[in-house]
Amino acid sequence: MDSLTNTLHAVPLNHYILLSAIIFSIGVMGVLIRRNAIVIFMSVELMLNAVNLLLTAFSVYRGDASGQVFVFFIMALAAAEVAVGLAIIVMIYRNTNSVDINVLNRLKW
Amino acid sequence: MSTFYFIAFLSIFFSILVISAKNPVHSILYLILTFFTFTIHYILLNAQFLAIVNFIVYMGAILVLFLYTLMLINLNKESEPVKPFMIKIAGVFGGGILAVALASSLKLIATSNPVILKNPDLGLVKNLGKVLFNEFLLPFEVSSVLLLSAMVGAVLLATKDPKTA
Repeated sequence: MDSLTNTLHAVPLNHYILLSAIIFSIGVMGVLIRRNAIVIFMSVELMLNAVNLLLTAFSVYRGDASGQVFVFFIMALAAAEVAVGLAIIVMIYRNTNSVDINVLNRLKW
Repeated sequence: MSTFYFIAFLSIFFSILVISAKNPVHSILYLILTFFTFTIHYILLNAQFLAIVNFIVYMGAILVLFLYTLMLINLNKESEPVKPFMIKIAGVFGGGILAVALASSLKLIATSNPVILKNPDLGLVKNLGKVLFNEFLLPFEVSSVLLLSAMVGAVLLATKDPKTA
């Protein structure tokens, strides 16, 4: 394990930030171009994970364990968010028979 | 070192497939693969605790929840309603602009210091548990209340109202 991590850790920090930025942007694209509420939710999860990876990379870079504890809290928060969000989607489906977000424009006022 | 770039390529590839797959079930399966590549990233950073938690919580719990909900909802139409082509182009363009803006504003193309693990015990359960239960004890306890309230809220929202049903 030690030799594995030692050889692998010549990766510049910028490349981690670049990877996270790209995946975060892909998540933003997913929110913008899809109409299925569940797929939009999955794109949000993708964005959360990009941030998690970046926090972990910073934590290792600075040698500070707090970053990884934050990631742990974000994961707990994501679990709660998914449970409530999917329950709301199920309720919407029961009322409108669709998970198309364009049906929800009645929420305007 | 080249392992990182290979896994990073896989992450980006699978996450593009997540948002471009027509069938939502395929999207979820690609999302599972994406999260698996994230687990490998955590292992490469020697964050073993996070790798295990990511594996169990994300791939095990959250995505099973997604899959169950999707199968409960059971979209009979094979293809969901799609947005107009111009809106899709605008969305992809906007996301690309965001990526370019982030990369250029942070000067990400320039060389930087490598990520070197100074303390090999950093991401192990023992070390993280000490930090979690000393400095972050109150947020940890509050998060349990959060999870409980989320569970109560989900049950309340998803069960049918007996008066209206």
